[in-house]
Amino acid sequence: MDVNKNSYTFAFSAILVIVVAAVLAFAAESLKPMQKENMRLEKMQNILASVKIEATPEQASSMFEKYIVDQKLLNSQGEVVTPSGITAFDVDVVKEFRTIDEKNRNYPLFIFEENGERKYIVPLVGKGLWGPIWGYVAFDGDMNTVYGSTFDHKSETPGLGAEINTNEFQDKFIGKSIFDNNGNYESIHVLKGGTDVVGNQHAVDGISGGTITSNGVGEMIQRTLNIYVPYFKGNQKASL
Amino acid sequence: MSETAKAAEVAVKEPKEPLFSKKNKALITDPLNDDNPITIQVLGICSALAITVQVKQAFVMAMSVLVVLVGANLIVSLMRNLIPSRVRIIVQLVIVAALVILVDQVLKAFVYDVSKQLSVFVGLIITNCIIMGRLEAFALANKPWPSFLDAVGNAAGYGWILIVVAIAREFFGSGKIWGVQLIPDAFYDLGYANNGLMILPPMALITVGIIIWVQRARNTKLIED
Repeated sequence: MDVNKNSYTFAFSAILVIVVAAVLAFAAESLKPMQKENMRLEKMQNILASVKIEATPEQASSMFEKYIVDQKLLNSQGEVVTPSGITAFDVDVVKEFRTIDEKNRNYPLFIFEENGERKYIVPLVGKGLWGPIWGYVAFDGDMNTVYGSTFDHKSETPGLGAEINTNEFQDKFIGKSIFDNNGNYESIHVLKGGTDVVGNQHAVDGISGGTITSNGVGEMIQRTLNIYVPYFKGNQKASL
Repeated sequence: MSETAKAAEVAVKEPKEPLFSKKNKALITDPLNDDNPITIQVLGICSALAITVQVKQAFVMAMSVLVVLVGANLIVSLMRNLIPSRVRIIVQLVIVAALVILVDQVLKAFVYDVSKQLSVFVGLIITNCIIMGRLEAFALANKPWPSFLDAVGNAAGYGWILIVVAIAREFFGSGKIWGVQLIPDAFYDLGYANNGLMILPPMALITVGIIIWVQRARNTKLIED
């Protein structure tokens, strides 16, 4: 058989591609449940990490159940909604950020409780320099002071923008507040790396050389928390 | 009678090469030293620089390359008489890419944290020059068994360099090996500090350079005039 004939070449390529596609499709489908479970556990770990609870993948599920006492979904007006068949945990905020416009997105809120103290965890998503960035910010019971935060990214520059997922950067947010003394929403700004932020309750020092990623973090905090402001204010009044 | 039968059998078998003939053994041992893909052929350097910060990553990368290279070499060798030569490169690429995606999916399912750290580098195995190089230079022209040995040899040659570099970088860069702290806290109290430079990519290049230097100094075959 002449393996260099055109017809043979075409037939060979077609068969090869079909076989390869079938094998890959089968593998992807059969491994999917395990991969999904891994992602679910990772999400739980990330949520718990924002309230400074380190969980291994094995513990994640039980710890999540123990500490996260309530989950809520808000609409873009900051009102609690209860769509059927979907919990806050199921909402993939990164996906919604990409595909749904701001008005129709779901805004999840996780409520954490330990020793009677509640923390409110808000998922964030925004744009870095090269791709999406996301994270969770946890607030104290006053819904104003940051208790902890965690950020991650898909493809920021290692050593520069990618530093947002280090404790060094994340810990800068602790103790900052999002409302000013008069109760107006101020958010937390991420300033250009190296700026002096001592005494400034609404700003953290960004990453030198990672300005665009830092700005992205600031923007996503400002934009996302803005949605939660009505809910936070309503609850602050209720608790007074 | 049975003696002669045995003798005849041996006589028949003789032209067939034993599984581990000198030539076949060389397929495994050569890439470890005299013909090492990283230090001599200087292939696959990119991944050697990128994922040698920790031994665990380097090990998983080495294993992944082993699986992909063995699989690809075997498949290409089995199909060597069927592959139209005009499209052989693209056929090799499809096979390698399919294997790499398989490895990636398996890693995601079973060792998720490692797969997250390796992230893009698993995908980059596709472009690892060692793999295409072995397919093109060896598997296309040889039977499956020698191709298998060649793949094992080259993957091992790649892997041991990777792991040695990773051991050096993790030990001096973070005081650990395989995530286990080896430098006692007392040293740090006395003022010892991890060398942050070891974690950065340039030190991988320098470490590989030192390995090449040592190798060239010791292996007389490699000394050029």
